[in-house]
Amino acid sequence: MHRFANPTQFMRIANAIFPWVAGLAVILFVIGLPIALVTSPPDYQQGETVRIMYIHVPSAWLALMVYGTMAGGSAAFLIWRHPIANLTAKAAAPMGAVFTGLALVTGMLWGQPMWGTFWVWDARLTSFLILFFLYLGYLALGDAFEDSERGDKAAAILCLVGSINIPIIHFSVTWWNTLHQPSIMKLGGDGVKSSVDGSILLPLFVMLGAFTMYFFAVLILRLRSELLAAKIRNARLSQAAVGDALGQAAE
Amino acid sequence: MSVFTTVLARDLRLALRQSADSLTVIAFFAIATVLFPFGIGPEANILARIAPGVVWVTALLAALLSLDRIFTVDFEDGTLDQLILSGAPLPVVVLAKVTAHWLTTGVPLIIMSPVLAVTLHLPAEGYVPLMLALLLGTPTVSLVGAVGAALVLGTRRGGVLLSLLVLPLYIPVLIFGTAVIEGAITGVPVTPLILAGFAILALTLCPWAASAALRQAAE
Repeated sequence: MHRFANPTQFMRIANAIFPWVAGLAVILFVIGLPIALVTSPPDYQQGETVRIMYIHVPSAWLALMVYGTMAGGSAAFLIWRHPIANLTAKAAAPMGAVFTGLALVTGMLWGQPMWGTFWVWDARLTSFLILFFLYLGYLALGDAFEDSERGDKAAAILCLVGSINIPIIHFSVTWWNTLHQPSIMKLGGDGVKSSVDGSILLPLFVMLGAFTMYFFAVLILRLRSELLAAKIRNARLSQAAVGDALGQAAE
Repeated sequence: MSVFTTVLARDLRLALRQSADSLTVIAFFAIATVLFPFGIGPEANILARIAPGVVWVTALLAALLSLDRIFTVDFEDGTLDQLILSGAPLPVVVLAKVTAHWLTTGVPLIIMSPVLAVTLHLPAEGYVPLMLALLLGTPTVSLVGAVGAALVLGTRRGGVLLSLLVLPLYIPVLIFGTAVIEGAITGVPVTPLILAGFAILALTLCPWAASAALRQAAE
């Protein structure tokens, strides 16, 4: 694991993976979007509005997965002082916030035709709203210090505290109010059982894959630009130091 | 004297010398609660319906306003560095400071709450559960708040930021805190033990998280 702490080494591997991840994202979107939005059959109850699901569910999945990634990265950063893990958490956070926001907005747009209102204080919507606030808190705290290194550590601690709290919050909110339909997928002894027909499940899984690959592709791009920015900063600093030394020598 | 009692005694003495701080928190609790009848109207049945939630929300906000007292002064005058360098176990120091905060903020809030509940026409069955729920819930509020207060030390806009960090984490306490009171009023009792469970969980995790935050703040 510490091999990847070397930015050059890490970037070599990331650059090797990047074309595959990005290519897979493009292919899956090209396959998934037409099936999901045009050719897949409308739901017998919900009609065409079911198509919102193909954006909504992948966004919600990524909202949770990104927080998991951030929690893992923050833990690795605090325990082993792993710099890339910290950069990963920082680079993933804004994307997680956007996916959470997307899940909320699409959920509201879906709720209007289904429940007759944009917002209900239903357990899952409420949990996601709180998750959105946790993301905002993380971003705000990481940004609040003059010394960016302090912000990194504080945000990492906050991320771990939040990750312990997410199940508690979710359990509390579920207990508080359950109006949302029960989970459509249950992992049983014989694999994934589902109350959803295959014609809807297939585009859903393609879109889940597409969103996930898109996340990894953008994550690698963001990490690359972060590492390049750090390199430029260091080069400028050493240039300035050389300049100072030359100036002193001339005097 | 052990580390715990020394720090606790010191913080309590300081709070006593500056008792205006504690009184301000109580005054905020009162004025914020009293605003609700003006916003909603004086009908007794509506106020009685919202009383548990209003008292809990304003208590949380009052506690939130007092959180920066736990560490900020010590951070600014260097006492925090001394405490860290002293080699005393930092989670114990944090626990002592949180206890002092709870005694000077949580306990006055609990004592004040029935008075404010009267102004909101809380039904008679609700008073004991109200105080019990606050008694079991406010330790979690102080503990979780201490983590937030330690994290924002040295930031540019600590107060506003603190509310964004801490309030989402207070939601479970708020949900079950009000449920205990409403359960007693409607006759479907909800056990207050879950609040005690939250408090125990917070007690086992928060001092360590806050210590980690203090260490990185003092670096």
